[in-house]
Amino acid sequence: MTTELFTQYLFAGITYGIIYAVVAIGFNIIYNTTGIINFAQGEFVMLGGMISISLNPLMPLPLAIGLAVMLTTLIGALIEMVFIRWLVHPSVLRMIIITIGISILIREVALHIWGEGVRSLPYFYGNEISSIDILGAHVSPQVLWVVGVCSIIVTLLSLFFKFTPLGQEMLACSANRLAATLCGINAKNMVTLSFMLSAGIGALAGCVVSPITYTQYDCGTGLAIKGFTVAVLGGLGNSMAAVAAGLLLGILEAFSIHIFPLAFQDAISISILLLILFIRPHGLFGSKEAAELKEF
Amino acid sequence: MKNFLSTTMLAVAAICLLFSGPAQAEDGTIKIGAILAVTGGASFLGGPESRTIEMQIEKINANGGINGKKLELILKDSGANPEKAISFAKQLIEEEKVFAIVGPSTSGETMKIKNICEQGKTVLLSCGAAEVIVNPVAKYVFKTPQKDSFAVKKIYMEMNKLKISKIAVLAGNTGFGKAGKGQLLAIAPEFGIEVVATEVYDKKATDLSAVVAKLMANKDIQAVVNWSIVPAQAIVAKNMRQAGWNVPLFQSHGFGNIKYVEAAGAAAEGIIFPAGRLLIADSLPADNPQKDVLMNYKNDYEAKFQEQASTFGGHGYDAIMILAKAIEQAGADKEKVRDAIENMKNFAGTGGIFNFTPEDHNGLDINAFTMMTVKDGKFVLYE
Repeated sequence: MTTELFTQYLFAGITYGIIYAVVAIGFNIIYNTTGIINFAQGEFVMLGGMISISLNPLMPLPLAIGLAVMLTTLIGALIEMVFIRWLVHPSVLRMIIITIGISILIREVALHIWGEGVRSLPYFYGNEISSIDILGAHVSPQVLWVVGVCSIIVTLLSLFFKFTPLGQEMLACSANRLAATLCGINAKNMVTLSFMLSAGIGALAGCVVSPITYTQYDCGTGLAIKGFTVAVLGGLGNSMAAVAAGLLLGILEAFSIHIFPLAFQDAISISILLLILFIRPHGLFGSKEAAELKEF
Repeated sequence: MKNFLSTTMLAVAAICLLFSGPAQAEDGTIKIGAILAVTGGASFLGGPESRTIEMQIEKINANGGINGKKLELILKDSGANPEKAISFAKQLIEEEKVFAIVGPSTSGETMKIKNICEQGKTVLLSCGAAEVIVNPVAKYVFKTPQKDSFAVKKIYMEMNKLKISKIAVLAGNTGFGKAGKGQLLAIAPEFGIEVVATEVYDKKATDLSAVVAKLMANKDIQAVVNWSIVPAQAIVAKNMRQAGWNVPLFQSHGFGNIKYVEAAGAAAEGIIFPAGRLLIADSLPADNPQKDVLMNYKNDYEAKFQEQASTFGGHGYDAIMILAKAIEQAGADKEKVRDAIENMKNFAGTGGIFNFTPEDHNGLDINAFTMMTVKDGKFVLYE
């Protein structure tokens, strides 16, 4: 393999990986505060993309993206308030079915609003055919945007959870909800906040990847499956691990193409998911003890 | 036992009699069933098809119907799901007792309901592209899109002109992609073309830069043929051009929607593909027999739905208009209408000039396709 080809695969892998990672982080935020997997996570990505595409002709691109992220965040809050908030000690199964239902609902609504067509935001820099030369490989500038924005998301999130009182309160809820409530933290508000946060992050990711992957009303499902794989791979609840796992999976997928036919790409990632579930159910980077304390 | 058998036979005969009753409702309307993928993975076909068919039926009824009889459309959204198509076909034939069925949008669904329509003696006008729909011929099954083998041959003829002999084939893992890949591989030797690499990708693929890098490393490849639907066909184009790979890119006739050109943006420039003449209707000479049909359909559709007409909507147009013409000629009699379609000659549709025969239930020849390319974001004839 030439260096050129190697770098080309590497960047393809990073592109896939970082997209998976951002979806996985969305899963993790909600999982951390509620202990559930929100299967509508992929739909937040779709909504972010679609709303920004609709707003783009009316205003400058950054404003359209900002507004799309805000609107999706509001939708996230609304969903939590309408469907989740009033449930008293819901079982894991019930929550899963509710979130799957929400994802179908959002998809159908999106189909009615935006139709079945494929849309995309314009490239932030350059156009469809521009590329930057990196070590002999050609990389679309948008890939650098995706990598950059996603890195900023991850960094800001870690800072948020470490240094702000609000982030600490959310973490407290995930560590022990009862104790957190006894300390005066409004756990219900923290859950709403976690939905808003993951909806907003998903939406932002949906905007930056839109020029590369396109946005269609049902594009969330595939992303959710890959994001879930990555979240499990890294260890549910751990955002940094999700980034590592996402990059690992993306790069593995990209390099697998060199040896296996492309058709096996998804089979490979699903095999990895199954292997992890059998051998290390707590994920590559998760701790076994912590996993045992959780109900799911 | 014998007694039981004969009773069963009698019962079956009675049921058959029941079902073979008049297809038209009592108030003088003719029920037309439609099974289309309005939503789901093939909605890029079913969407324009359903809108077109609704529009045409509205128009026919506004003009007083066919021989005084109004058409009533019963539209079922299959979501491109063959299982759903089967149950809808049964429902339309047995419960609704429709006069004929238009659709389904995809070849896979059509193949599943082919026999149901044969047994129900109900005319099916499919919008699916695959050749297997009409080869071998089934008595009641017709189709309006051009055969995919013609599309492949047209592409290979162009390659011969360009002296391209070694190609790579990319295909999506849909029924459309698989059928196209099969035809591409089967017909290649006829034209002295060697397929040096084939790759199949998931229809939901979001980025194909890795596979493009792999193919690009193979210096033998002189051209790429991609056989898939959106969004992958735009992604392939973008990834190839981003990688700085400038070999000719051929696409299937599935590229015939200006939206895909918009989606691929600058990367769409120079893509070569076969398609019906609808896309270049404006620039056809006035004496072209299809010119009027194409312009009327295009203008009506675009005025009503505020989106560009596509060849897929055209397949729906051809299906409903062929049926309407046959009913006009033969009256509201299922068998006579079937015969009328089979013997229809020189019908100018959006897909080409249809000449049906008992052996050919598609009625189009290879000239229904022309080679096109994209220039400055518009479809133009490829020369």
